[in-house]
Amino acid sequence: MSAAAAYALGISRAAIHTGVITRRNLLANLRLPDVLILSTIQPVVFMLMFLYVFGGAIQTALPPAAHGQYINWLIPGILAQSAVFGSAPAAYGLHNDRTNGILDRFRSLPMARSAALTGRTLADLIRNTAILGLQLAVGITLGFRWHNGLTGLLSALGVALIFGFACSWLMAYLGLAVRNSEAIQAAIYMVVFPMTLTSSVFLPTQTMPGWLQAFAEHQPVTAAANALRGLTLGQGALPAGHTVTADALLAIAWAAGICAVFAPLAVRELRRGLD
Amino acid sequence: MNDPAIAVDGLTKQFRGGTRALDGLSLRVSRGGIYALLGPNGAGKTTLIRILATLLRPDGGTALVAGHDVVAEAGRVRQLIGLAGQFAAVDDHLTGRENITMIGRLYGLTRRAATSRAAEILTRIGLDTAADRQVKTYSGGMRRRIDLAASLIGRPQVLFLDEPTTGVDPASRHDLWSLVRDLAADGTTVLLTTQYLDEADQLADRIAVIDHGRLLTEGTATELKDRTGAAVVELDLPPHQLDAAMTALQPLAPRRDRDRILLPAPDGPLTLRHAMGLLDQADLTPTDIALHGPTLDDVFLALTRHNTSRSARSTA
Ligand SMILES: Nc1ncnc2c1ncn2[C@@H]1O[C@H](COP(=O)(O)OP(=O)(O)OP(=O)(O)O)[C@@H](O)[C@H]1O
Ligand SMILES: [Mg+2]
Repeated sequence: MSAAAAYALGISRAAIHTGVITRRNLLANLRLPDVLILSTIQPVVFMLMFLYVFGGAIQTALPPAAHGQYINWLIPGILAQSAVFGSAPAAYGLHNDRTNGILDRFRSLPMARSAALTGRTLADLIRNTAILGLQLAVGITLGFRWHNGLTGLLSALGVALIFGFACSWLMAYLGLAVRNSEAIQAAIYMVVFPMTLTSSVFLPTQTMPGWLQAFAEHQPVTAAANALRGLTLGQGALPAGHTVTADALLAIAWAAGICAVFAPLAVRELRRGLD
Repeated sequence: MNDPAIAVDGLTKQFRGGTRALDGLSLRVSRGGIYALLGPNGAGKTTLIRILATLLRPDGGTALVAGHDVVAEAGRVRQLIGLAGQFAAVDDHLTGRENITMIGRLYGLTRRAATSRAAEILTRIGLDTAADRQVKTYSGGMRRRIDLAASLIGRPQVLFLDEPTTGVDPASRHDLWSLVRDLAADGTTVLLTTQYLDEADQLADRIAVIDHGRLLTEGTATELKDRTGAAVVELDLPPHQLDAAMTALQPLAPRRDRDRILLPAPDGPLTLRHAMGLLDQADLTPTDIALHGPTLDDVFLALTRHNTSRSARSTA
């Protein structure tokens, strides 16, 4: 067999194994109806909560592109937040797979090593697609209107999913690196809450104190939220000096960067069982 | 092929934190048949299995499985082995059938091949009626069986079973034993670990006794028993007669074990007759008499006790 043919065979084998494990992870989701329902409802409840708690207070701080409606500002932000939250199952899932010996079983099989991880992150991507879709549908029912065409809306959804997929790799790393079952939830929260709360997800960053503003303006969740806002509401929704294209590219660059750092780290953690 | 199924040479493994789990272990398991690793808790059984199954890298020494080095040719080794670890590694949310079909796909079987092979194995392990229930509804014994099934779907040449019958009721235990015998009869080499002497005695063609990561002895069950010594006569007497009996039996080197007297019986029944004669003369009557060959328990306790006291002395 030539090197190229062997390589192609390796790729197709990895693809098949990834498919098998993705299916397994999705099935596990469907087989836990209570978890499925709660994890679907939770983002919608969060959205309603923020909509009605913050909605009245900050009408005045909104850019004109929000057309005076907090919901128009909130929905793109909340989609970015849900993309981040929706990556947490990768951490729990891989942690459980390790403690239940399933990762060891996978590692004893003649399978593509990476499939245990890609099967996990892909399953979460599919799950996230359904959750963000639902959230958007509820948002539209409650009065969210996009002002940048259907292409803008779909691109926004795409960017949110890409960003969430990148976060799944970070979570995969966390799930494998933190060995203690009690610590794992704390580790997830320590990433997810500070990153979403100190971003432009809920409020424009100008409302924050100066020192926090500097961080908030430059962190990845803000980049994602800005990109989604630009793509759904147009340039008018963005801080001065930002353009829709540049913000979308910045969010994708963050996603690529997060993958580039955490995918190899996660693979290394997967191998670490060896010592 | 005449090369051994498993060849382990001078294997060492020291965990961080200082535990020396394997300490220069060497063994050879020939192809076909059942080989038991017997040892107390912490002896290093799981560590050895994990190294052989490519899950753990040894610090020193070499290990070959089916002629392939477990470190340098790990990928090749994985194609040839099946592993059922000490704790069942199955997916609770999937059905039994889904679990093993998935593992079959990961071994490289096509969907169709994995499905039909799964059905065949489920019948073989007697789980066909429960096959379409989620594993979380299974009993402990059923979980072990489905875990074993998962390790069989790739038709392994060498099968590793780490304490396959721990926590399994006696009836299921016998079922598992006969399944393991069938597998061996089909040509699979089975390496299993156990803490149960009767399991090793019943099942294994050869037995290695290990403790503190070292090989204490190796051979067939009969060889191990022979090495420990001859048969024993056991005599039970009323408590007030014990001292008198010890005196009467002096020519036969008696040993007290609480309310019982043990005599080495190199001549078997003749020793027994001799003992009865001596007791008769002293007007003593045993309440129970037994003559038996040494059990694996004797072997095991003799060896591991000796080993423990030696290592206790060396660290003192
Ligand atoms: N990951 C680990 N880190 C540190 N020490 C370990 C690790 N795994 C095993 N050990 C130690 O290595 C030694 C051998 O352990 P091993 O699990 O191989 O024993 P075992 O014979 O399988 O015992 P058991 O019958 O209890 O399953 C023990 O002292 C154990 O504490
Ligand atoms: Mg063990």
